Amino acid sequence: MQNLTLLDGQKFQITIQRLCRQLIENHNDFSNTVLIGIQPRGIYLAKRVAEELRKILPDKTILQGDLDITFYRDDFRRRESQLLPNQTKIDFIIEGKKVIMMDDVLWTGRTIRAAMDALQAFGRPEKVELLALVDRRYSRHIPVSADYVGIEVDSIASQKVVVSWKDTDGEDKIVLVSE
Amino acid sequence: MAGLSTRHLLGIKDLNRADIELIFETADTFKSVLNRPIKKVPSLRDVTIANIFFENSTRTRLSFELAEKRLSADVINFAASSSSVSKGETLIDTVNNILAMKVDMVVMRHPYAGAGIFLSKHVKAQIVNAGDGAHEHPTQALLDAFSIREKYGDVAGKKVVIVGDILHSRVALSNILCLKQLGAEVMVCGPTTLIPKYIGSLGVKVEHNLIKALNWCDVANMLRIQLERQDIKYFPSLREYTMLFGLNKTILDSLDKEITVMHPGPINRGVEITSDVADSKQSIILDQVENGVAVRMAVLYLLAGQTPTI
Repeated sequence: MQNLTLLDGQKFQITIQRLCRQLIENHNDFSNTVLIGIQPRGIYLAKRVAEELRKILPDKTILQGDLDITFYRDDFRRRESQLLPNQTKIDFIIEGKKVIMMDDVLWTGRTIRAAMDALQAFGRPEKVELLALVDRRYSRHIPVSADYVGIEVDSIASQKVVVSWKDTDGEDKIVLVSE
Repeated sequence: MAGLSTRHLLGIKDLNRADIELIFETADTFKSVLNRPIKKVPSLRDVTIANIFFENSTRTRLSFELAEKRLSADVINFAASSSSVSKGETLIDTVNNILAMKVDMVVMRHPYAGAGIFLSKHVKAQIVNAGDGAHEHPTQALLDAFSIREKYGDVAGKKVVIVGDILHSRVALSNILCLKQLGAEVMVCGPTTLIPKYIGSLGVKVEHNLIKALNWCDVANMLRIQLERQDIKYFPSLREYTMLFGLNKTILDSLDKEITVMHPGPINRGVEITSDVADSKQSIILDQVENGVAVRMAVLYLLAGQTPTI
């Protein structure tokens, strides 16, 4: 097994901050915008982005929720292992809001399709955007693209991209794992 | 990730503690789904479920049907009273004919103990027992324990008394097995004739005095007297039963602590509990019904997810 570190330390932090600035460019003071992290790993990204945004815009309210997509996946009953749900925690109305969905890694795009279905149960947003920390290019199974991207990675199917977080895993890091 | 250890839900006896906890955790997420503006998820959209009821039911059948529909399954309903069973068809034939129409799961209630187990050995579909005679009613026990967990945060260490017709009650047996598995203390209370002789071997206490039982417990689960299953007289009169084992507001208020009152339904108001108790703030009877849908969704979801279709 070979591990290649794609991003860590200060560069990781700069990437997060750049994404925040891009969001501010499009969403101004976030009065009509909410952040939704996709379970299980996207929630750490959404929490981190929300935290950074609050530092940059200390007097604004940044709403952030967690969305579980398990019940909307298209591979239920198509795999050997059981799909078990995570918690959904959205304490605000998304009707008429601009929603920024966030996931750590954008790969086949199937998670995002499921997330768009799952989001509908909470109302009709004015607009939905996607922010991905890592975009694994040329590997999409469905036509999905991210509006904001941290880094782009060219990888093959047998490789894995693993994102770890300072708060939960001890270190900010993006690693490309090859079998 | 690990799923349930069993392919069918025939009784609590087949479940281990991890299974029950998995069902509860999954039910938590379904309960939050049920509180959304759109209460439906598409998980079981390619699953067809037959609800086969050889015995009357309101709550359980509606609750299963709603759970199935909230999961987007296709549902067919079958009541024995209006079917070819009355023309002499056997259980296996009836079910195999239904399965020939491409049904994946069967939810069955039957007046005979072991009907679900028998069926699971002879047909391909996954079976969920919705009550078999005086044997087991696993989803009721799960929703009862889930409601206790919701009220107190945990089932372990809680004292639960089950009052009434223990002899004829599938709810009692399933509840005892489920609560013991989760680490609760269980007591049964009722007339000597309605308590099975060897019930103590299940690790439960036996008490024939309602007041003593209620003073001991945190939760009282009041069962209905199942007159339809009693072929002989087990007590002199319903009035006498009510006097000795019926729960009324005076008794409830005289207890040292505030206990929680449960009932699996249907209630015979004025027999096992009075109206003012059933409608009091200590009663969680309607929470039980609400939780029933979420718990059944969890059971169906976890069972259906075991079998790859393709």
